[in-house]
Amino acid sequence: MRYLPLTPADRADMLSAIGAPSIEALFADVPSAALLDGPIESLPNHASEMAVERHMARLASQNTAAGEAPFFLGAGAYRHHVPASVDHLIQRGEFLTAYTPYQPEIAQGTLQMLFEFQTQVARLYGCDIANASMYDGSTAAWEAVAMARRITKRGKALLSPGLHPHYAGNIKTMAKFTGDQIVHEAPRLSANAGEDALIAQIDGETSCVLVQYPDILGRLPDLARIAEATHAQGALLVAVVTEPVALGAIRSPGELGADIVVGEGQSIGVGLQFGGPYLGLFGCRSEHVRHMPGRLCGETVDASGKRGFVLTLSTREQHIRREKATSNICTNSGLCALAFSIHMTLLGGTGLAALAAENHRLACLAADKLAEVPGVSVLNDSFFNEFCLVLPTDARTVVRELAADGVLAGVSLGRLYPGEEGLAKGLLVAVTETISEDDIDALVTAIREKLA
Amino acid sequence: MNANPSGWRPSTPEAVALDGEGAPTSTGNRALMLEEGLIFEIGSLNNCGVDLPTPSAETSTRLGGMSRATPPALPGLSEPETVRHYTRLSRQNYAIDLGLFPLGSCTMKHNPRLNEKVARMPGFADLHPLQPMNTVQGALGVIDELAHWLVTLTAMHSVAMSPKAGAHGELCGVLCIRAALEARGDPREVMLVPSSAHGTNPATAAFAGYKVEAIPAGDDGRIDFAALKARLGPDVAGLMITNPNTCGLFERDMIAICEAVHAAGGYVYCDGANFNAIVGRVRPGDLGIDAMHINLHKTFSTPHGGGGPGSGPVVLSEALAPYAPLPYVTKAADGSFELVEEGDAGAGESFGRMAAFHGQMGMFTRALTYILSHGADGLAQVSGDAVLNANYVLRALEGVMEAPFADAGPCMHEALFSDEGFAKGFSTLDLAKALIDEGFHPMTVYFPLVVHGAMLIEPTECESKAALDEFIGALRGIVERARAGDESLHLAPLYAPRARLDETAAARKPKLVWTE
Ligand SMILES: Cc1ncc(COP(=O)(O)O)c(C=O)c1O
Repeated sequence: MRYLPLTPADRADMLSAIGAPSIEALFADVPSAALLDGPIESLPNHASEMAVERHMARLASQNTAAGEAPFFLGAGAYRHHVPASVDHLIQRGEFLTAYTPYQPEIAQGTLQMLFEFQTQVARLYGCDIANASMYDGSTAAWEAVAMARRITKRGKALLSPGLHPHYAGNIKTMAKFTGDQIVHEAPRLSANAGEDALIAQIDGETSCVLVQYPDILGRLPDLARIAEATHAQGALLVAVVTEPVALGAIRSPGELGADIVVGEGQSIGVGLQFGGPYLGLFGCRSEHVRHMPGRLCGETVDASGKRGFVLTLSTREQHIRREKATSNICTNSGLCALAFSIHMTLLGGTGLAALAAENHRLACLAADKLAEVPGVSVLNDSFFNEFCLVLPTDARTVVRELAADGVLAGVSLGRLYPGEEGLAKGLLVAVTETISEDDIDALVTAIREKLA
Repeated sequence: MNANPSGWRPSTPEAVALDGEGAPTSTGNRALMLEEGLIFEIGSLNNCGVDLPTPSAETSTRLGGMSRATPPALPGLSEPETVRHYTRLSRQNYAIDLGLFPLGSCTMKHNPRLNEKVARMPGFADLHPLQPMNTVQGALGVIDELAHWLVTLTAMHSVAMSPKAGAHGELCGVLCIRAALEARGDPREVMLVPSSAHGTNPATAAFAGYKVEAIPAGDDGRIDFAALKARLGPDVAGLMITNPNTCGLFERDMIAICEAVHAAGGYVYCDGANFNAIVGRVRPGDLGIDAMHINLHKTFSTPHGGGGPGSGPVVLSEALAPYAPLPYVTKAADGSFELVEEGDAGAGESFGRMAAFHGQMGMFTRALTYILSHGADGLAQVSGDAVLNANYVLRALEGVMEAPFADAGPCMHEALFSDEGFAKGFSTLDLAKALIDEGFHPMTVYFPLVVHGAMLIEPTECESKAALDEFIGALRGIVERARAGDESLHLAPLYAPRARLDETAAARKPKLVWTE
């Protein structure tokens, strides 16, 4: 077995050093009724690299990779070009095969990277501080609701209709058990992001208002207005960003008044990966630091006075605080944070702005071309790299049929909102820098022909 | 031809006494030990390592008046500078690839590189989670196949694949328990957790709305079964128990414990972080548990990545299975795979969604590759060698350090020691830091809490006998130095990129982001 260094002679030597007759004897504490007397049934014995790779490659070949087709899916997961050096660097064994940096003297690489990552996220979000990552954007959104409850001591969270339905679903799941009251309804097919209706629902019991920016239909809500109304009621504004590349083009949520900013970092460095692992980002004001979930890396000095970094404020965390911890999170998304940080370093602020501009340019081009297809209209007045088309027919069917013709057309609202008849004709189309103008033409032609 | 006709040779320099620091260098570097600034100190806003089209000045935007005036204040670097920055940082890390990493409970196994290769196949890595089902049959097939082996290896009814780490899996299992109790109209308030449990257990139970009560450990390091039985009652929702436990011992009474909890109307959640000790030999379902998470990043060796990501699928009993989270994969009559999502028939009694998409696909491909590579014989050998290695360390060191449960029988995959009987003035921390100078990562220290100054050593099956002997020798040497009163141990590590760091100062005035 290629992964096991002990030889039969080693095992025999070691058993005699221990004074045990066999390895089986070391399992003496297991009740005999539960000890198997043979190998696991039906699982074949060990296999060579070649054989396993062949099996897995066959499974991989049964999928249509995004890169094989004109590809327009978004809705919380975006296909961006990840520079080759990112994946190379995260595969360095010193990063890949290290643990959480519990021994800082021999983990400065990970710790300095986390400190840089926290600063990058804070600056991107317009927040004072950020943590060292959560599982994904949706679990970060739930953690923000729980944090707002701790800060405001109120138990009613208002979710904007434009919040990703899976994020809302996740929050509702948790609220069932914690007793938080969650106010949320599905979005309407309208160009208006619904700020007035949302503001009208904020009251003196509201702990926080969650607003996605850009929202699930790609619209850009007026965060500053919502922030003002939220603060007037003593509640916190939580901004949710599922497409961080947008922040190269639009103002940061922190600058617009958000108290907590959470979101998905997958767009930068991580890749699609069929939904995971992804990267939850979490930023807030420094006055709320002791209420934050997750790990934090901080600067300090060593015994000889040299700058160094450590995990800090761990009295918030489960390993110290146990049932009184701010969150139960332990393992987070460290390596994805590294990938994000490397990609962001390669981009820099100017590069991120250029990347965002290219996304927006292509998205505008696609929206204009699609708007010319008879029967199709573009819902949005405002958008970044994703917008909502309204088709004359059920978008779920169109998506399925176009996939059969080799075009991955987007995400139908029917998939995201099953049972919402009023949304069934909506189709979300995301356009990133990986899309060529030929891809756009292929989509336009395919939709035109399908609807003809 | 003689190129050195005079026969000149450089003279051997006078031996310089190099006590730790040696002579200073003007750069602060010490040969291969290279200092590296922060990206905020070495990068600039306008530097960039990606070629992108220059945005045209007069493009009209449709950003609804939200355009930003200036780019975010993020430093950039060219590709060569970026590669150098992160390569230099990487060299300040200890890692499994460098040596023994015996962190108890964390299971630092070798990470097979085939698994990395497979996870990066475009047919897995370049798939969107919301692609039409008929374009992702192979990916759903991976989830289904891995789920099948997890259920087979544990003898459980089914498995929830979406939890994103062990703690997230705990939450999933405890929510299933709550949903099941509520469904039978018997909501209960209390979750029992042994005092030796990992911190995520009580934190999870509290997060799920339970009052947490601790059950003490007995003298033999196992749960005090009598105390548990005495506490069971109609207000107890269940027990969260780790098996093998965090003292590295198998809970001998596990079958009886499960029966007692069930008889009192509760459920048993098993923390499966230590499943690697028994995989292929013991199926936890045969012990009577109701739910257990499996850390794919421990038992099935997906890389820890400096803190994550992980993956924590939860195997469930028939009683809890109906409440499992959405979405999940099923097989249709025609043999094709489908994802059951909200609104689908089959979503029935699920407690709902707990993450945006279907879980950690990148970990699933790696874990499945690991399981198929090892097979039934290999997995049994994995747990056998892990337990053999830990017992070898236990017996080699029990005369050197206090092993509080050494008389309780063989340990499982990890060996626990305490600071009892340490040379006066020396702590677990000193010993751990001294190990760093010897070229090892320290063991887990000060956990579990039931032992004073705990040191939990988990060698894993991936270490050779020679590596273990070297580690044992190093530990013995350190203990002898402490016995001899060697005060320099308090200064360890002397040879790491940094000396001991001031954690108190870091927490007193937290500096969490770089400022000019
Ligand atoms: C015993 C035990 N339980 C639970 C956990 C939590 O798992 P994770 O870090 O994957 O959330 C760990 C690992 O850190 C552990 O060692």
